[in-house]
Formats: sequence, C-alpha cells, structure tokens
Amino acid sequence: MTITASVTLTINGEDVTREIEPRETLADFLRRDMQLTGTHTGCEMGVCGACLVLVDGKATHGCLVFAVQAEGSTVETIEGLSERGIIGDIQAAFHERNALQCGFCTPGMLVTAHSMLAPPGVPTREEIRDALSGNYCRCTGYEAIVDAIEAVARQRAGEEVAA
Amino acid sequence: MNAPLGALDRPNSYIGRSVSRPNAKRLLAGKGRYVTDLVLPRMVHAAFLRSPYAHARIVSVDAEAARTMPGVRLIATGGDLARICQPWTGTLDHFKGMKSAPQLPLPVGKATWAGQAVVAIVADTRAQAEDAAEAVMVEFEELPPVIDIDAAREPGADRVAEELGDNICFHAKLDTGGIDGLFATAAHVVEEEFLFGRHTAVTLEPRAILADYEASEERLTVHHATQTPFQFQDLYSRHFGIPEAQVRVVAPDIGGSFGMKLHVYHEDMAVVGLSILLGRPVKFVADRIESFVSDIHARDHRVRARMAIDAAGTIIGMDVDDVTAIGAFSTYPRTSAVEGNQVIRLMGAPYRFGNYRAELSVVFQNKVQTSQYRAVGHPIAAAVTERLVDMAAARAGLDPAVMRERNLIADDAYPCESPTGYRFEALSHQECLARLKAMMDYDGLRAEQAVLRAKGIHRGIGIASFVEISNPSPAFYGIGGARISAQDGAVVKVTPSGEVRCLISVTEQGQGTETIIGQIVADQLGVAREKVRVITGDTEVTPHGGATWACRGAGIGGETALRAARALKANVLKVAAAILQARTDELDLLDGWIVDAVGQQRLSLADVARIAYFRSDTLPPGTEAQLTVAHHFAPQGYPFAFTNGIQGCHVELDAETGFVKILKHWVVEDCGRIINPLLVDEQVRGGVVQGLGAAFFEECLYDAAGQLTNGSLADYLVPMACEMPDIEIDHVETPTLDTILGAKGCGEAGTAAASAAALNAVNDAMTPFGATIAQIPMTPARLLRALGRI
Repeated sequence: MTITASVTLTINGEDVTREIEPRETLADFLRRDMQLTGTHTGCEMGVCGACLVLVDGKATHGCLVFAVQAEGSTVETIEGLSERGIIGDIQAAFHERNALQCGFCTPGMLVTAHSMLAPPGVPTREEIRDALSGNYCRCTGYEAIVDAIEAVARQRAGEEVAA
Repeated sequence: MNAPLGALDRPNSYIGRSVSRPNAKRLLAGKGRYVTDLVLPRMVHAAFLRSPYAHARIVSVDAEAARTMPGVRLIATGGDLARICQPWTGTLDHFKGMKSAPQLPLPVGKATWAGQAVVAIVADTRAQAEDAAEAVMVEFEELPPVIDIDAAREPGADRVAEELGDNICFHAKLDTGGIDGLFATAAHVVEEEFLFGRHTAVTLEPRAILADYEASEERLTVHHATQTPFQFQDLYSRHFGIPEAQVRVVAPDIGGSFGMKLHVYHEDMAVVGLSILLGRPVKFVADRIESFVSDIHARDHRVRARMAIDAAGTIIGMDVDDVTAIGAFSTYPRTSAVEGNQVIRLMGAPYRFGNYRAELSVVFQNKVQTSQYRAVGHPIAAAVTERLVDMAAARAGLDPAVMRERNLIADDAYPCESPTGYRFEALSHQECLARLKAMMDYDGLRAEQAVLRAKGIHRGIGIASFVEISNPSPAFYGIGGARISAQDGAVVKVTPSGEVRCLISVTEQGQGTETIIGQIVADQLGVAREKVRVITGDTEVTPHGGATWACRGAGIGGETALRAARALKANVLKVAAAILQARTDELDLLDGWIVDAVGQQRLSLADVARIAYFRSDTLPPGTEAQLTVAHHFAPQGYPFAFTNGIQGCHVELDAETGFVKILKHWVVEDCGRIINPLLVDEQVRGGVVQGLGAAFFEECLYDAAGQLTNGSLADYLVPMACEMPDIEIDHVETPTLDTILGAKGCGEAGTAAASAAALNAVNDAMTPFGATIAQIPMTPARLLRALGRI
C-alpha cells in the first residue's frame, strides 16, 4: 500500500498540505503526521469518543473519517481549543471538580462538552448524561463530569443574564 | 473545592483537605504524554499474527513472502524469542500444589487460546506490519478446546497442557469443622448457585509498550504503560539476562489500569525481545480487539453456597464451593489463583459467625488468562454473602437492614479474626449501616416501594456490606516467592532555592497519587503545597518499591512520604539551629520559614538551602547539611489493612422488557484517614460504576469453540453516563494504628459491593413475581427468563 494522496486542510488555524496514504484515518493523521497527540484512539470504531475533534465546527469521530475525506475542512483539536481559550471555563470546572482521572477520555469529553454548551440555556443533568453517552470514561463514575458541565452551563447563563 | 484556609487552620495543613490535582491541568489541555504517544528515533512497530483457534498445534510457519514486503524489519516466531528469553511460570510457593505450564513470549508447539499471539512482525509502520502479518502463513491443526469447567475436571478430559496431567491449577479447602452437622440441625438454611461472568478492565488507553535495547551499553529502556515499573525492571532483567541496574522502566501518563496493567503479557515480553534482536526501539500498542483477546479477564466463578441461621435470624455458618476458570495459564508473577483465594476468604467477612467450610477449584481452559483486576475476589464474595443474607432475612421474616443490624460484627468487638483466617484491626460496619440507612432514607424508600408496587411500579432496594483488603504486607507475594515489593521508598530533598522534590516509588494512573503525596510532604514539612514537586514512575529516578496496586498508594506510599518528610524536616532544623545558634527543639518549619517558639519567622527555608548548598563555609565545623533524605517503609503489624463499608442501590425494574433503571446508589465507606476527600469520593464513584458494569452490562461471551464473540466496544457493553445514577458518598474514619498517617485504601471499595447491592436490589424488585436471579450481569434477557416471560 504505497499509493499516496494529497490532502489540504486547516488544522487549528493553520493551513496544512500533506501526502498521505488514503487508508490513514483523521485520528491517526492528527496524532502521527501532525503530532497532535491530544486526540486519542480508544476503540477505533466510533464508540468510545476519545478521538472526537471538531470538523467544520461539528464534533466528529477522528477514527471514523479518513484524513483524505477532510480535504478542504477546518479541523480543531483539543490543542487548538485549549490555545484559543474558548474552553477555558470548562477546563477550569473539570479541574476544580476533579472531573478526570487518567485523562485519556478527557479531550473527547471536552469536545462534547464544548458542543453541548454552545446553544444557550442550562441542560438538565439527564440531558448532560444523555449527551455524554458517546464518551466512555472508565475512571470517574461520570458524576464529576456531569457536575462540571452543569456548573459551566449555570455560570455562562448567569453571566449572560448579568450582562 | 480548594477551600481557602480558615483563620484557625495551621498553615500547610493539607491532610484531609479537598484540593485539585496539579497534574490534571496538563491532561485537560491534551498534553498528556502516554506511551501510546511516544516516538523515538529509528523506532519500528510490532504487530502480531494471532491464533484463530482456541486450541491448535502450530504445524508450520511460512514467513518468506512476508519478509520481503515493504518496511518489514523482522519476523519472529516462538522459537526465535525462546532463545533469548527465559520462560516464566505463574505459581506462588505458599499456594500448595499450585501448577501452571511454563510460558514464553510466543508459543512453541501449540496455541492455547483464540487470539494468542503466535508470530511477531516488525515493520517501519504499524500498517506495514499488519500488511505483512496477513502474508505470514501458519498451518494450524485444531485440537479439542477445553471450555466447560465441569468437563475440564472429568477424569480423562482433554488437557490444556498435556504435561500437567489434568486441568486443575489449584485446589484449596478451608474447614472449621462440624459443618454438615450444623447445617443438618439449623433452623433455616438458604442456598443458591451463583454465576459470575467473565469481564475485563477496558482501560481507555489500551496496553502500550516501547522497548529500546542498546547493545553497546547492554542497556534496556522500556516505556511501559504499567502500574508497577519496578516489578518489570526485575522481570526484564532476569528473563533476558540483563543486569538490573542496566534496565530502566518508565511509566509516564497511564490511560487507566485497574490492576490489568501489572501482569506479564506475552506481547510485552516479545517486544522487549524484538528490540534486543533488532537493536532498535520497538513499539506495540494493542488495538481494542487485541485488548479484548489478550488483556487479562477477571471473575468467571460458579459459586454454590449455603448459609445456616438459627430461629432468631442469627447467622451460624456458611458452606461454599467456588469453581473458577482462569484460561490456559496462571498469570505471572501474581498468578490466577489469588482471586479465588480471596473469594473464599472474604466470604461472610462482615458478619459474626464462626463456622465455615469452603472449597476452591481453579481450572485451566482454552481462553485468555484471568487474573487480578480491581477488587480482586471482593465482588464475588460480597454478592454471594449479601444475597444469602437477604434470602436468610426473608426466611427469618426480618427486614434486610434489621438482619444486618443483628449480624454485623459489632464496632466494639475488635480486634477479631474471621473464620477464614483474616485478622481485623478495627472496622465500623454498624456505624456505616446506620449512616447508610439515614443517607438513603431507607424506611422512606421501603414505604414508597409499597405504595408504588400497588400501582404496578416495581422498585427494589438492595444493601450490601463489604470488607476490603488493602496495603498487603510481605506476608502475601513476598512469602510466595514473588519479587513484588511490599515496601515503598521516597527521596525528599530541598532544592537550592528552598523548594521541595519528592521522588517516590508509588505510581500515578490518575487517581491522584502525586497530589496526595504532595499534600503529605507539604503538610509534614511545613511548606506550601505549590513548593512541592512529586515525581513518580521511573525506576532510574525513584527508589525501588511496590508502586500502586491493592490500594497501597495512600496507606504505604503516603506513610513513606510522611516519614521521609519528617526526617528531612529534622535535618533542616538541625542546619537552621546551627545558623541561628538555637536549639532544634525551639524551632519549627512553618509555611517555608524557620520559626521560633513564639512563632516568629527567623529564617526562610530558601536561606537555609542557600547557605547549605553555596555557603557551607559559614556553617559551624561539623555541621551535617543533609537536605536530601531517602526513606523506605514497609507495613508491619497486621498483614493487611482491612477497610469496610456498605452500599445501597435503588432500582426500578420494567418487568415487561427486563430493563432496569438504576435510580440512585449510595456508599458509606471507611478507608481510615482521608487525605483528599475530593479524590477519594470520585475514585469510589468510579469503582461503583465498574461494579455496576459487572452487575448489568459487562461480560466476555464465548461460544462452545472458545471464540470470544463480543470482543469490541460496540458489542461489549461498558457503563455510559446516561445509564449511571448519581452516587452519594459518606465516610467513617477509623485510622489504622499501624501507621502514623492512619490511611487505608479506597480504590476497590466501590467495585467490591456495587454488584452485590444491585443484585439484592433487583431481587427485591422481583419479589412480587416470586422470581429470583443469581447471575451477573443481569441482562434484560436473563431477567425476562427469571420472570418466566421468555
């Protein structure tokens, strides 16, 4: 399998062009070719959520997309979200509430949390749990994650009201 | 969280305080550095061709075509690796009569489970290695697989290992005597056959290893996703004949472990061998399907048990037969008999009775190995005991909580010994039960249950007491001949700027080891927590120690850090006394300052360090400025620091579909001195969720030919956020007096009794139907069968 294809996309605000094997998944491409190892692979079949990244603003399983399919797309990973500061309040709430242990699921959790919290309003705990059902965490018991997301939702809603 | 210090708090009083983890911010930014992420110069990748059969003779291996494929560097068979690796055998000396066949990285002769690695392929990329694996031709001759635990024990049964004579790995009996007579004359006897499915750890980061052998220096460096780097340093040294001091094992960030990542795996030994053969770094990361067929599984017990009670509902005896199937080999170096051993010894542990008989049979079969996984044996002992207690309560006409009030060992009855030989220093079952009842509003839930039953809503309430084993002394693995340390070591030092570093042998897998060690050192030394840097997980950096397993991190690691910090403080005060021309007993170290008897700040720790490191000429002659201290601590006194607790589970059963909604779960547990409640609580919750997974979802399913039929994360169900309830936690603190710190373990507690509480809750919900279940996971299909609906 030596045939390669060219792919051009935007990753964390940077334009990137690479020659890659068509069989390479977006998750592997990000991890190996781009050294963005914050994206993790836990099942490689779109179940566990550890590989979630934003593709054109939408939470997407990096393991279910071939990198060549991301041609022309804008991809944002945990590294980009962190550096842009857009999930700073979610990360702070996770830290404060200890909503992570080993941290392997955490980047995917944060991508889901970011997507879930984009629309206005405060989701119920049941809605948060439902939205997290595509993100496996084996360490925490989930409750702290739900707490952290709920706290950010309330905080953001409160700030909007205050403004 | 991160509660500010109150005015009455002593500065630096961190023990018992909820503080968040300094290292978590890095993980939150996606900057964790897991073995999975690591890249070394000239690194190549291993893939494995695996046996498609549960039991098959390896007739021939033809790798000629594969050797010429793009990127291929090496193809190795069992024979190639056997030449450089000494075989290993998973037995412990104190398990009398235990046997297991010797193991090699890759098999020579035959494969003994479906998924066993047979041929290793190394190439420049993992994809190339997998391409080449498809071109390796192995001729297998199928042999009859040994699967069923009863058939495996028949005389003349097909054998997993011909040379062992039969399929029995280990057999044990406990008997206090007179059991048959006792049961024959007891007022009530309840009995049940329990089935516990195989399940597995499913760490979100699969197993990963990167071995780098440098022949010129005869040096081996292994980055290994493991809990126990020192154990592997010793094993790599001895099995590959490399001097121990030349072997370095580094365990960086680990994506979950739960006991699964402290066993010797065939692929891991193979990767070390491949690196030696190639003289290059070789990396292997299991994919999820490989994890399912090669990570250890756990449980898989059939327990027939009965309990005798007198007319007043007092438990008078238990009689237990446990048969457990462990796969083709006993795991090395901890063996696969420990779980069964703990099952029969933890049985009935919370209760006051003296008559006990148990038989344990540990059986080989053609499946992947089982071994220690979180809460080894506890969930089985708890589920059997607690279900029998509920059945006995019903027979005696007692409420389950009342039955427990009557039979739990009294909180003032310690020290005492169980009929199975465990010695308990001090437990708090009664207090925990009282707290649980209040926390869950037990009486209120019972009243609500009665009202809802009349409306056709079937809720169930289950409670389950438990005893947890933590902090094992050398009386376990050490006595058994395994080179698994029961002690830990720490080096604590003041840096030239007056900051503190602690290098300690306990390891971090996200539970917060580094955080609590930092809290203890800062607290005991008298410095701000931010000034203490804790370093773990590298055999070349920290002293040798057991590392993190069996809940040793706080109890043994914490005590090691405490004693090291106290020794360092004494040394600091000696230097300060010399500088200040004062007596050491007039001085103290507080918030980074040397203070005198009235609390006046006299000299900063930074100044003490500056003088000691750079101006020792100004110190009085003979001053010993020892600002680095090494300290080792091994538990003495009780062989284990037992902990205890109780769990409550509230469920709602849909009798039409067999689905169970877990409404709420409660835990009251006693892990002695709590160092960081925030971390303890979430670790207990995580443990509960793994226990509820076993209760309702998780099972490795095999067909009659020994094929795992659900080895993917789409087929094997792990608990998701939407299925899990909020879990309320409370604590009783009974510190162990064996240590200054008084901490015991808390990592197994959640898993230990969650499935037992759930089993009782579901049976409680089924009471109106006259139906019962004694098998986990309690899947909808099994519940519908129990209800007679299908």
